[in-house]
Formats: sequence, C-alpha cells, structure tokens
Amino acid sequence: MTNTVLRLSGITKRFGPLVANDAISFELGRGEVIALLGENGAGKTTLMNILFGHYVSDEGTVEAFGKQLPPGDPRAALDAGIGMVHQHFTLADNMTVLENIALGTQSLWRPSLDRAAARERIERLAADFGLSVDPAATVSTLSVGERQRVEILKALYRDARILILDEPTAVLTPAETDALFRTLKLLVAKGLSIIFISHKLHEVMAVSDRVLVLRSGRLSGERETKSTDRKELAALMVGQEVKPAEVTPVHAGEPLLVLDGVSTARHNGAGLDEVSLTLRAGEITGLAGVSGNGQAALAALIAGTQRPTGGRISIAGQAVGDWSPRAALGHGIARIPEDRHAVGTIGDMSVTENVIAERYGSSRFSRMGFLDWKAARRFAEEIIADYDVKCPSPEARIRLLSGGNMQKLILGRALDPEPAVILASQPTRGLDVGAVAYVHRMLLAARERGAAILLISEDLEEILALSDRIVVMSKGRLSPPSARGERSIRELGELMAGHGEERSDHAA
Amino acid sequence: MDALEILFTASFWVAAIRIASPLIFATMGELICERAGVLNLGIEGIMTAGAFAGWFTVYAGGDLWTGVLVAALAGGLFGLLHATLTVPLGLSQHVVGIGVTLLATSLTYFTYRLALPEVTSPPKIEPFQPLPIPGLSKLPVLGEALFSQTPLTYLAFVTVAVVAWVLYRTPLGLAVRAAGENPSAVEAQGISVTGIRMGAVVVGSALMAVGGAFLTMSAFNSFFFEMINGRGWICIALVVFGSWRPGKALLGAILFAAFDAYQVRLQQMSGGIVPYQVFLMMPYALSILALILVARRATYPKALMIPYQKGER
Amino acid sequence: MRLEPKPAPSIGVTLLFPVAAIAATLLFTSLLVLAAGASPLSVFYLVAKGAAGSQFALFETLTRATPLIFTGLAVAVAFRAKLWNIGAEAQLYIGGVVTVVLGTGALPLPAPILIPVIIIAVMLAGGLLLLGPAVLKTRFGVDEVVTTLLLNFIVLLFVSMLLEGVLKDPMGLGWPQSQKVIADAQLPRIIQGKRLHYGFVIAIVSAIVVWVIMKKTVLGYEMRAVGHNPEGARFVGIPVNRVLMKTALLSGGLAALAGFSEVSGLKGNLTLDLSPGYGYSGIVVAMLAMLNPLGVIASAIFVAGIFVGADAMSRVAKVPSYIADVMVATSLLTMVVAILLTRFRVRWR
Repeated sequence: MTNTVLRLSGITKRFGPLVANDAISFELGRGEVIALLGENGAGKTTLMNILFGHYVSDEGTVEAFGKQLPPGDPRAALDAGIGMVHQHFTLADNMTVLENIALGTQSLWRPSLDRAAARERIERLAADFGLSVDPAATVSTLSVGERQRVEILKALYRDARILILDEPTAVLTPAETDALFRTLKLLVAKGLSIIFISHKLHEVMAVSDRVLVLRSGRLSGERETKSTDRKELAALMVGQEVKPAEVTPVHAGEPLLVLDGVSTARHNGAGLDEVSLTLRAGEITGLAGVSGNGQAALAALIAGTQRPTGGRISIAGQAVGDWSPRAALGHGIARIPEDRHAVGTIGDMSVTENVIAERYGSSRFSRMGFLDWKAARRFAEEIIADYDVKCPSPEARIRLLSGGNMQKLILGRALDPEPAVILASQPTRGLDVGAVAYVHRMLLAARERGAAILLISEDLEEILALSDRIVVMSKGRLSPPSARGERSIRELGELMAGHGEERSDHAA
Repeated sequence: MDALEILFTASFWVAAIRIASPLIFATMGELICERAGVLNLGIEGIMTAGAFAGWFTVYAGGDLWTGVLVAALAGGLFGLLHATLTVPLGLSQHVVGIGVTLLATSLTYFTYRLALPEVTSPPKIEPFQPLPIPGLSKLPVLGEALFSQTPLTYLAFVTVAVVAWVLYRTPLGLAVRAAGENPSAVEAQGISVTGIRMGAVVVGSALMAVGGAFLTMSAFNSFFFEMINGRGWICIALVVFGSWRPGKALLGAILFAAFDAYQVRLQQMSGGIVPYQVFLMMPYALSILALILVARRATYPKALMIPYQKGER
Repeated sequence: MRLEPKPAPSIGVTLLFPVAAIAATLLFTSLLVLAAGASPLSVFYLVAKGAAGSQFALFETLTRATPLIFTGLAVAVAFRAKLWNIGAEAQLYIGGVVTVVLGTGALPLPAPILIPVIIIAVMLAGGLLLLGPAVLKTRFGVDEVVTTLLLNFIVLLFVSMLLEGVLKDPMGLGWPQSQKVIADAQLPRIIQGKRLHYGFVIAIVSAIVVWVIMKKTVLGYEMRAVGHNPEGARFVGIPVNRVLMKTALLSGGLAALAGFSEVSGLKGNLTLDLSPGYGYSGIVVAMLAMLNPLGVIASAIFVAGIFVGADAMSRVAKVPSYIADVMVATSLLTMVVAILLTRFRVRWR
C-alpha cells in the first residue's frame, strides 16, 4: 500500500511476567480512521504509549511515513507527525491555552517566546477546524470539552498527520461527543489519519473505517466496519459470549439512606447543590452523569470524607449527627471507592493490614490499644478464600496485586459485615471482563440480601444493566429517578448534558 | 535617635540591601528548583560550600570573579547530586535535601581544616568593594542604598530580572513552569522532564552557592564555621512568602532584610534591657509568621515534591 | 530509565544493599583520606580501634550512642508517619532546660520519685514543642520541615538567653552555664569510674517500647497507615490529624529525653554545647536503621563509633575529624539509594 502512513511490526511489551502486547502488527492508511477496540486491560493504551515513545517495546518496530522511529523518544514521534490526545489530559492547569500549546514548539534556547505568532496560528487552526477556544484563557477555567479541543489543537499546531485519541469520549456529554465526531470527519477530509481507541461498540461503529480488536495483549481480529456488526465485535473483544448478569426482580423495601436537600463544597469538579436522594433496601440506584458534575462530591459525602454544608442525612429513619468516615462506617455504610490505589488501599502495607483497616478498632481485632494480629490474619485468609483473591500470602504488600484482586479485597472488606447500605463508586473501572462480572454478581447478591446500593458509573451500559432506578447528575444537581427502562438512552443523555426535566425537590 | 527615624537614614537602607543580597541569590535558586517541581533542602549546605569555595579561591590567589565562578560550580555539583537522587531515582526530596546539606557542610569543614590546619583566627581576603554608580548613587536615601553597593549586589538584582524573564518570557521558562505544574504535559510535548528538572536544580543550586559566596566575598572578608546560620531555611520560607514569583520573592527578601537591619539597630538602642537573643530570634520567628500568613492562600506548583516517571500519568 | 517495583526481597538481599551502601561510603571517604595524604586502610583501622579497640573506647562509644538512640527514635517515629521532624536538636535542648529547672533543687524529692517526674515533664515539653509545627501543618498547611528547622535556631537562642539570665550559675565564673543538678536528679553510672550511665539503659528500654508501639498497637498501625497514604488512611476512618498530633508528642518527647540523659547522666549541667548536632545525626541514625526502632540501637552505636573513632584517629593521623561527619552524611545518601534498590529494579529502557 503506497498510502501507508504508519506501520507497526511485531510489537511486544512485557511488564515482568505480564505480556501487555504480544507481537502486534498493523498498518494505517492516509485519510483512514482505525478503531482500536478492546476491554480495559487489553493493552490498547500500552500499545499507543509505545507508538508515541513513552514506553520502549521489547520487540518490534514503528515506522511512520516510511521511516523507522527511534524507540522511547516522544520528540521523534512528534516530529514524524504523530499527535496524541491522552485519556487523562496532559495540560498544565495554571497556565494559559497558548502556553500549553506552544510548550515545546519553539527552541528552548530562544531568548523570548513568540506569543504573537503562536496566537495567530492557534486562531487560524481553530477557525479551520471549528475548535474555538480563547488562547489567553487559563486551562483551569475551561470545561472538559474545551480542554479536549486544546489537546487536539496541540497536535494540529505541530502539523500532526496522524492523530491518536485514547478513549476520547469517556469524559464527554453525548452532545460533545457528536461535536468531536464532526471534528474528526473534518480532519480526515483534510487528509489526516486517525487511531481511535475505545471500548464502546456504538462509537466504533459510528466513526471508523476499520476496526482492530485487542484481547489480552493480542490482536484478536481485524474487520472492515462496513462488513461487521456489534455482535461480532463484542465476541472478538471478549472471547466468549458473555451473558449479561441476571437480574431477578426484587421488591424495594424500606428507605435506608435518605439525603434531604444536601449541599457540599466542591470536590473534583462540582459540589452538591441541594440534592435529595433515597436509597431503599433491595434496590440498586444507578447514578449516571458526565464526570466532574458532582458524582465525586456525592461519593465523598456518603463515604463520610466530606461533610454536608447544608441539608440532612438520615439513615434508617434517624438523622445523623457529626459526619465522618468513622460515622459512615458506624452506620453500616460499605464504601467501594473510585480510586483503588490512592484511596481504597494503602499500597505499602500488607493485605492483612489493609483488610482490617475499616475495623481495626473493633473488639474483634484489638484490645486495650493492642492489635490482635492472629485474628487479623485469620480474617485476611477468610477474605482471600471467600472472594477468590489471588495473592502470594496475607503478608504480601497490596501494591503488588493486580487491579482485579485488589478490588476483590476491597469488596471483601466492605461486604463482609453484611452492610445495609453500599456505595459503589466506579467499581469496575479498569478491570478485565471476568473481574467486572464478579463485581456485578457481588452487588446483585447484596441487593438480594436486602442492601440498598448506590452505583456510580460513567459506563451507561453498566448503569442500565444493573440499576432498578436511575438518577442523573448534572452540575451538582440530581434528576428525579426513573424506573428500569422508563427513560431512553437519548433522554438520559439530555439529562447528562444538563437540560431536560426540572429537578424535583423531593425525589421519592 | 528615635526608633522610627532609623527608617529614614541612608545607612539603614544600605545595610538592608546588603543583608538582602545573599538571600536574593539563594531565594532565586530555590525558586527555580521549586518551580520545576523539586524542593531543594540542600540549600543550607550548598550555601556553606559556596561561601567557602568562593572565599578559598581568592585566598589561594584567584581573582574575585573567578571565586564567584568556582562557588557556582561547587553549588552546581551538589545540585547535580541532589538532582540525580531526587529526579530520575525519585527519592524523598526531604531526606535527600537534608543529606546534601549534611554532606556539603561536612565536606566544606573537612576541606577547610585540611587546607588550613593551623589557623586559629580565620584569614582574611580583599573582598568586593562598593562601586557607586555615578549620578544615581547621589539620590537621597534610596539612591545610596541601591547604587553604592558592591558589584555582587547589582548582580543579585540582575539575577532576579533574568530569572523573571526566563520563567515568564521564554520557551525554556515555559517548560520549567510546566514541569512543576504537570510534568506529563512536558513529556507529551517531547521535552524530557528529567532534563528540565535536573537542569533547574543544578542552576538553582549554583545560585544558592553564589548567595553563600556573597557572605565571604562581599559582606565579610573571611570564612568561619556556621556562618550561614539558617539563612538557607529562611530562603525556603521566602519562596513560599513570594508565592513562587521572582518579583514578590525579591520584595520579601528586602522586607526581611530591612527587618533584620532594623532589629540590630533597635538592639543597640535598647541598651541591654531586652536580652539581645530576643532580637536575634526575630528573623526566624518572622519567617514562621510569614509562612502562617500565606500558607493557606499559596498556590503551590502542583507537582512540587512529586517525582515523575516517564510514561506514568 | 524507569523503576519497576520488585516483590518482597529475601533477607539476604535486604542485608546485602546496606552493606554495599557502607562499602560505597568507605570508598568515597577513602578518596578524602588520600587527599589528606594518609593511607585509607590505616585511617579506617585507627577509627575502628578508637571506637571499639579497648574497653575504654567501647564504653565511650556507648556513651556517645545514648543521645543518638533517643534522637534516632524520635526521627524514626516521626518519619514513619511522614511527619518531617528536623527539630530534634531544639527538642533536645528543651529537655535539657526542663531537667535543670526541676533538677537543681526546685523539687526536693528523693531520686526514685524525682527522676520519673523529670522524665515526664521533659517528654511533655519536647512533645509540646513539636506539637506547634504539627498543628501549623494540619491547620494552616505550613511545611513542618521549615518550621522545625527554624525552631532549632530560636530555641538555641532561647537557651542562650536563659543561660545568661535566670538559669545562669552564679558560681560559674561568668560562663553561660547552669547550676549542676542535685544528686537525686542524677542518673547513676552503670559501672563506677566509667562515663557510661543509666541513660543508656533508658534508651534501650525506650527503643523496645517504641518497637512494641509500632508493631503491636493500634497507634503504631495508625501511624504507619498515615505515613504511607494519608488520603487512604482518612478514607478508612483513621483520624489523620489526631494521629499526627500523637506522633508529634511521642517524637518530640523522645528527642527531649536525649537532653535529659545528657544533662542528668553525663554533663551535670546545661551549656550551649550540650549537643554537637545530635538532633541532625538522629536523622542519619533513623535512616540507616530503615526507621526500625530496634535497628536504631545498632545504627546509633555505629554512628557514635565513627565519631568517637574519628576523634581518636585525628589525634594520631593528620586527617581532620570532620571526616566522621562526611562519612555519616555519605552513608545517609548511599543508604536511601540502597533501600530504593531493594524495592525497585532499575530498567534502562
């Protein structure tokens, strides 16, 4: 193919015993959109990090426009015309749009930064591709959609001919996603080639010419988008037909946790603005929304790490007094945090020390200020056995466990005391298919036992599959709940974007 | 003389600017390191090493500017050690910083004793002399304070201007600031975070050493033990006080020095009713107070003290 | 270059790297000895002989190790919870001040009561001195490294003020020194005629108690959790700020005991040269022990041996005794690299 702009040959990358990429080869043509499809942990991001020079592969080569790229050199990839929009934006928040874009584009030894030239070029590109942003704005004041535009502009500013987008829609509203897709069409029309990384089938079908499917580090299939369908891709992606978790009808019981007009300070984006919510026994309430709209604040509130600034929290009919993580635990709230590494576990402490972390003060594990390590170790062994955790020993540092096993330990720690209320915040993010199914089964089992569960997820399909009721969060406010199947995806999308129905004062 | 009248005498302001000069060098040095994301607690030791290296070069027959250069080189070397351990190896910046201070100080003392085994009173050199700038130095009060100083003081002010220009007006400064805010932004644009951070620490440490050298080559004319006397730690407080901005940090250093000069004069006036130690404590207490006042509002470089590994986000 | 975590290393490897760190330290200091025109082997032999070559040398080393065990423990406890206490020097001096305030006759009590009373007061004073920076850290976000460092200077000036003022010994011929503590406030010598005193025994007991606290108690568990991951600790319900306060009280109290032990056991009175930097050396002692309280005993004896040995050596060979400070500082840096290498593998690609 004379049209080939990029060629990967036999890329292999190992992390210790784990093979993240196994002999992957493919080509990208001029003006082509390739979708790289795969589950979390299939090796998509690793592959792109090798292509871009953040990692060095153990074997294989990358060729751009007929020239081999030296390994481990992002600069060479940039100079060869490869641009990358990372899943987590690589922007310095306290600096302006112009500074972020111009960073590294002028010789470091120039006596002065040519701002005028940079501004002119940014404005021209923005006009050409419909990516309007104010070059003088500070990044921290921009919305997520705008930040993504800055990332794309960064690549275009460097004359990128190949654009890699890593899970670009994860943080966008449906409307923003549509705008992004229009931009991509425009780029392709001007001769750029695009690699679009995703695990969402409908997006892949919508934007790509060709689909490459990655499964546990290997290329498991390659299809023309025209001649395939979602079902086939799903099978290629997962390996076997995965049955969706079976949801048996359960009758909702008593309200166990009630938020009444609760507000909080900002937390990772928005705070809560007079939110009312009722979690009932035997029911999973799904919370959908674009990240940064207050989900983190709600999770922190229920977990006890954030205090309400207004409104009332009541648990099992009783208004709670002082609010803290200990109070939340004391009221029987189990918490599965969004970030396993930074919050959910203490990486340099052992499995034993981690599983007792929420209850080390109880009479089961301590007496007169002394810990009972024998009891703690027995408990750790129980959790390891009951929750099928693969780990060398209870003394192993938890940092050395895989994400799935770490999550199982957190589940075990949270669910073992049979809690009345469960907060599950992004419980399956970054897990492989097997671990995802396991987490889902556990949550459904707790539901059947009569727990009230709040499931916060950015994955709308997960919310739709598990939730008995769905609420949508936007700009710190909550929509009225809808029963299973009551609202269409389109309606939910509009609520996520912040328009649609008015917020109810007392969500029942 | 009235306690307030002191503020209007030229000699007071001359002293204040002289006291400020070493702080200005070292504060700029620390500021560069921290803007790139590295806390450099080696500052106290590096200033000690610079004070000795500069002075000893002149004592051994070198000229004054060679002394300044040697001091900067010595500082740069200790900076390189600090940077190697904290940047690519990502070791605790607290522990390494203290270690570099202990090492630089003890190596300096060792070398001093080795070179001058017999001396009892420290030998003297011919230090930098005041170089009044014609015309400007004749302006009342501030003219004399600002324009009848030694060349090293002028260099301190030039350094502030250069650091400010580089940080805010050049592509290099952009990269340094970004490395302290979000290193992955630097990496994604094809610039080595390790290179930027190490470079910043080496250059910053060289400036710290020149700050130390000012004491032995301009303020005084000999080297003695423990002469840095916590000035390095005060500079770290000054960087916070100046919100990591060169101009504000300069202002902080001058304010601080003015206070220091003032307490010396108050001490002379108090006639021994208040113990002199109370006055000597004031600079340190003032630094703590300044930290308390600004710490809540301070906008830290977001990646300060966070090691960066390539490909990690 | 990248660092990849390694699984828990074997005991052999864990011990190999510290040995390598000491070897690297000796190699570097050899160069300095050569620069001084002496032979490294004979100098190191003289240092070893001066530190442990005779009964006198050995007792001298243990006497010197006593304050280092206390300051080493203080740092080990604080660093475990990532409370960067660089102020052990100030806490030591406050301990000395309280010892002479209570021990020079103000409390006419018999020794079995007086000494425990002084110990409690000393620990309380040292703890409160560190509580200040800890509160500033948790309340205002002020970095405790800078505040504890600056407090070292303030406290030393404060002590100087006391020694020229209210605490000045009227019979001291004008020297800035305090009166001697009364006999009932003195720690007796372990063996008659030797300088080694019961402060050493208190230090060993303290190390064991701290070890038990760190390994066996709820507080030790909380401190380790807060040190490793404060956000994670907060999430699971550990009262992070309160734990930091307790850590500050314990750490400051331990460092202050060094001052008590030096005044009560060795010097008899308080002077401005009570400590030749024991507070700072405590950081090295703690790091060499990898923050293990029992390890602190060994590393304090090692560091004390270097100082005592170098003093003896410099009287014979023409190498300045500051070589000891260089060795100690170098071993701190080589040790942190060694600890890193036991936990991570360096990959060059």
